[in-house]
Amino acid sequence: MAFVQLVISGISLGCIYALIALGFVLIYKATETVNFAQGELMMLGAFGGLVLMKTLGLSFWLAAPLAVVGMFLLGLALERLVIRPILGQPQFTIVMLTIGVGYTARGLISMVPGIGTETSALEVPYKGEVINLAGAVISVEQVAVILATAVLCALLFAMFRYSKLGIAMQAASQNQLAAYYMGIPVRRINGLVWGLSAAVAALAGLLLAPITFVHANMGFIGLKAFPAAVVGGFGSLPGAIVGGLVIGLVEAFAGFYLPEGFKDIAAYVVVLVMLVVKPNGLFGGAMRKKV
Amino acid sequence: MRFIFKTRYEQDLQIVKHGGQAFWYSLLLLLAFSAPLWAGDYWLSQLGFVLIYAVAGLGLMVLAGFTGLASIGHAAFLGVGAYVETVLASRGWPFPLSMLVAAGLSAAVGVVVGLPALRVKGIYLAIATLSFGFIVEEVLARWESVTKGNAGISVPSPVFFGADLGSAEAFYFIALITCMLVTLGVLNLLRSATGRAFIAIRDSEISAQSMGIHLAGYKTLAFALSAAIVGLAGALYAHKLRFISPDQFGIAQSVDLLLLVVVGGLGSVHGAFLGAIFLITMPQLIALGKDWLPPAIGQATGLQAVVYGLVLMAFVLFEPMGLYGRWLKMRTWLELFPFYRRGMFKRQKSYAKSERLK
Repeated sequence: MAFVQLVISGISLGCIYALIALGFVLIYKATETVNFAQGELMMLGAFGGLVLMKTLGLSFWLAAPLAVVGMFLLGLALERLVIRPILGQPQFTIVMLTIGVGYTARGLISMVPGIGTETSALEVPYKGEVINLAGAVISVEQVAVILATAVLCALLFAMFRYSKLGIAMQAASQNQLAAYYMGIPVRRINGLVWGLSAAVAALAGLLLAPITFVHANMGFIGLKAFPAAVVGGFGSLPGAIVGGLVIGLVEAFAGFYLPEGFKDIAAYVVVLVMLVVKPNGLFGGAMRKKV
Repeated sequence: MRFIFKTRYEQDLQIVKHGGQAFWYSLLLLLAFSAPLWAGDYWLSQLGFVLIYAVAGLGLMVLAGFTGLASIGHAAFLGVGAYVETVLASRGWPFPLSMLVAAGLSAAVGVVVGLPALRVKGIYLAIATLSFGFIVEEVLARWESVTKGNAGISVPSPVFFGADLGSAEAFYFIALITCMLVTLGVLNLLRSATGRAFIAIRDSEISAQSMGIHLAGYKTLAFALSAAIVGLAGALYAHKLRFISPDQFGIAQSVDLLLLVVVGGLGSVHGAFLGAIFLITMPQLIALGKDWLPPAIGQATGLQAVVYGLVLMAFVLFEPMGLYGRWLKMRTWLELFPFYRRGMFKRQKSYAKSERLK
């Protein structure tokens, strides 16, 4: 039953990539900027959960939502303080800026006494449990990742489809100027999108923490979510999910069937092939620059 | 304030614009060539690093600063250059030849990366180069028969027809002359039709195309030239460190190179040098500052990352022209004193056009 196990672990890893990629895509759709600090936001979320549980002694079910809300506020603040002043500058500027944000976040975390330089485990209630499904051993942590991602996707879908805020976000991402004329507070919406994407990143961090442990460099996994976002098409939310799953599965199978070393670069090979064959991704529409 | 009275069109193309420049740059060259006389071993070694990073910075500047193609995987070319040089030097090749081959192979790899770059731009290009950087790092680590893998490989000293040039002074001169040649090359490139085509592509692809510039050709050329220069820097880097391993050519090095060009000032040759000086002196300033900080912060491993991150953010937010831009402002202030106005270098409010067609 190695195959089923591989599929499950690939999907659960893919879900993490998908959640981070979702953060990229949310921000890209809203502001056409790319947040290279998304992985670091995920790391901060995981550390937030860790501090709340270890230092304050809260239970996981209380600490997790608090960490997510905290990261939402941090995302809002980040947009207001750092991103908004240079909005309208070339994309590359914001790439550099967010790389700087990521460096700073990683460095600051390592300065926190006690936990910053340690690799600690997040004590989730379902830690270490396994389900024995017809011979395949599946850990509950992986199932939790998959379920949480599914629920989050449903919630996001409902929000973008039915809520006033979600529709406003869609409008702002399609045409900021027109949305502004329609009375949508585009700047506030952009802030909320940053908050939302930071919150999604925090959730990804909390889900990933039981599988890989919490440490200052866990944000590097965000670099593997770029391929996920590109494979799906950078401007498409369903694309981010599908792209994440594709990358996760490819990685799981490459790790099992191909020689050592291919696992780490499988995602990048896939993205390079994708960029040569179909640069707009699986779900991206045709894009051309207007004069 | 100096006014240049131009009487011939060729004056626009001259590398040395006026006597002042000739004087100051000659003085700088004189200082650089006499460095072994006045600098101690330590400072000579640091100067060597500055020269190497300046060459690498020039390479990235050609691509990011002048052609407008951002690359987050340029350490890969540094790695290719370094490993090619190491392999050839251990077979006893004379160093000018092996360095040229290193640059050439690096350029060939650059063309390969440039190919997907022809179809994508902006953020997609950044991700393509990022992916490429990871793949090269992994190849360097896994191709153990040539690179000795993660264990690293030691680099023999450069030889030139039997003469061993392993001494610190000899290496310094190799680096200095390489750096000088590369700088002259880049300056000449920029005043040639090719360089102007690069700048035109940076400023607007569509207008460049409509002026008859072949986008695909020039972009590939930019990648190849940039990769060749960075490969050359890689060859020097290998000799400087005497021991290389794949993890020196990872994402951190790529980001360092980006930091170098952004802090130095995108789109200026001076910027590559100022950025290199910044990149080399910064860790030492941090080491000096450590003692002044409380131990919890001063001894933290992430201190350097925080400082780099904050400096990068500060430059992007407040001084997008980099150190060179700051110097230009100071010079203008002195030249125009007391008539300098605050708004003279004000960043033009630009509205980035959407890349989506809706």
